[in-house]
Amino acid sequence: MGPAGCFASDKKRKGVILSMYVGERLMLEGNTISEHRHGISVSVFLALAFLATATWAVDKRIVVDSAGRRIEVPAKIERVFAAGGPASVFLYTLAPEKLLGWTSPLTAEERAYIPAPYARLPTLGRLTGRGNTTNVEVVLASRPDVILDYGTINPTYISLAERIQKQTGVPYLLFDGAFDQIATTYRSAGAALGVSDSAEQLSRYTERLLADVDKRLARIPAKSRPLVYYARGPRGLQTGLKGSINVESIERIGARNVAAERIGQGSLVSVSPEQVLMWNPQIVITIESAFATVAGSDEIWKSVIAVRSGHVYTAPTLPFPWLDSPPSVNRLIGLKWLGRVLYPELFTDDLRAETRTFYGLFYHKVPDEQQLNELLSGPGRSR
Amino acid sequence: MNQIADRSVRSNAGRKAALGFGFAIMALGALILISFSVGRYPVSLNELWLLLWSKISGMPSGLPIAAETVVLKVRGPRLIASMIVGGSLAVSGGVYQGLFRNPLVSPDILGVSSGAALGAVLGIYFSLGVVGIQILAFAGGLSAVAAVYLIGVFLRQHDPVLTLVLAGVVIGTLLGSVVGLIKYLADPYNQLPAITFWLLGSLTGITSADVWVILPAIVLGLTPLYLLRWRMNVMTLGDEEARALGVDTRQIRLIVISAATLITAAAVSVSGIIGWIGLLIPHLARLLVGPDFGRLLPASILLGAGYLLGVDTLARTISTIEVPLGVLTAFIGTPFFIWVLARSQTGWR
Repeated sequence: MGPAGCFASDKKRKGVILSMYVGERLMLEGNTISEHRHGISVSVFLALAFLATATWAVDKRIVVDSAGRRIEVPAKIERVFAAGGPASVFLYTLAPEKLLGWTSPLTAEERAYIPAPYARLPTLGRLTGRGNTTNVEVVLASRPDVILDYGTINPTYISLAERIQKQTGVPYLLFDGAFDQIATTYRSAGAALGVSDSAEQLSRYTERLLADVDKRLARIPAKSRPLVYYARGPRGLQTGLKGSINVESIERIGARNVAAERIGQGSLVSVSPEQVLMWNPQIVITIESAFATVAGSDEIWKSVIAVRSGHVYTAPTLPFPWLDSPPSVNRLIGLKWLGRVLYPELFTDDLRAETRTFYGLFYHKVPDEQQLNELLSGPGRSR
Repeated sequence: MNQIADRSVRSNAGRKAALGFGFAIMALGALILISFSVGRYPVSLNELWLLLWSKISGMPSGLPIAAETVVLKVRGPRLIASMIVGGSLAVSGGVYQGLFRNPLVSPDILGVSSGAALGAVLGIYFSLGVVGIQILAFAGGLSAVAAVYLIGVFLRQHDPVLTLVLAGVVIGTLLGSVVGLIKYLADPYNQLPAITFWLLGSLTGITSADVWVILPAIVLGLTPLYLLRWRMNVMTLGDEEARALGVDTRQIRLIVISAATLITAAAVSVSGIIGWIGLLIPHLARLLVGPDFGRLLPASILLGAGYLLGVDTLARTISTIEVPLGVLTAFIGTPFFIWVLARSQTGWR
């Protein structure tokens, strides 16, 4: 990642004139500059002028995004168009007041966890990702200062961003959505959007959480970690292989993803029940409540140790899923939950308190007792 | 003299058909044996025998419970389902090819697959369970064909067969675009992959419950088709000729379309979209036993069952992950179909 978010001066005429004026004022007031040492005073003047443009940046500045692109953005960014699901969650946690709208409509259940003004934001569609649902005119009509995307950085997304930026004239910033980059990305995006203080808070929390998770994980040798199967799809027969974005949380919490061990590298794939029976995972993690409710009575799944011993866990999903989709910062709290489910003897601290802190800090609303029950005490939520 | 020639032709056809049936039954038997003994969970032939024997004799087999589950609850139902689905699609294809007097017709010609796809995709979109998705797929398939048939009824002034086919194409395209719309609106991280997997067709996770649910519908559809086999032969002569011979073509068409739709919708509701079988197998069956529906129907069932059984066995064994059936049938089907086209200059009737 480049030195994201660092600004350089931009020599707009207006900026230069203002800075010259400021520089002069400073020179007149400053007694340290003697008149006969003209050369020095000129260079001091220039330095001051430079400083002034940087500090009182007038209407434009340059931002470097995670792809290393240098982009000219307005000095004050008030309105941000989130290009996709992960971006809207990321932006909502960082600067909800700048979020122009959600990618897809929020359900009533989701809205209950989000403060009213943000819950009422319009649905604008997604700009990139797998298929656009928005119209470039919608983007323009919402008058964004910048467009922000959060996720994988690759040539496809970079060229898409370039195209939209050229077409609309709206700066398009790409930020790296990798799990281990969350803290860094918060800082660079915070600097770019002018919300460094809240970014610092969020990235400190992230660093603390990840460090805490790592410290605990260090105590369990790799061999004594449980074999986990991640079930997706209505029959629970779709799963993520090694390196797939779907199992990033499960890998981050140090669990042994059975499909990754037995099949290897890949993305989301379909497997047969024979394979699941042979792997015989000790724990099944899922995001499909429809699957979780039938797994216990399904004549095939019944033979899997995890199901027989009641170790099928469904990740909470409100307002944003704790695992997997969208792959954004919403997965952070999911790590704590996974820790509790996979290593109950290590992750003994109060998950309710942690949830309150996380939701307050990231989602701007502390859930009430009933919501906490809904999140943490439903069937298949905890040991 | 004419009579003698006719008789010899008929007995020739009979001999050819008997040979064809013998071949098809033997191939199917061999395939069942092979399919039962291969899979991702290793079960040896000996263990297989022990298991089946313990089921018959009621004695414990002494094998791990997982092995028993694999054979009796995973692989067994899947083998049966693959044969039922394959046979069903092949029969509907054969019936439609005769009814529409066109060798390029497949069971989806009247929109049953597109309707089923839309139903299933809606089910996934609304996060329903497997049963809900299957019910919607089944209902979607039936409604699509009902809509096509009604359009045909209302546009009476044209050739009825042509109207049906055109209405089927149009409705199919419309439903396909609605499927596209829902894919577009679906959650790209969660629902979209599930939709894609369903649309590619797969029998992974089939349980005996699924088999029991679709079997009655399929038997219900097959019965009238078999009973009407002679009239179907007449129908292949064309609408006017059939009517001249005293067949109520409108009535027969309605019954045949309903029956074939019932079969296809039931099959597709558990398997997802599997192309090619309905197009390909009837041709092969015709090559083997000739165009008489009395023979063509059972031959299509046998060959379709064997074909999908074989393809599904490949789908669950050639890779560590499941290969979508729709992809495999196309890969095997395309060269095969070209071969059939090249050599079937002779009539398809």
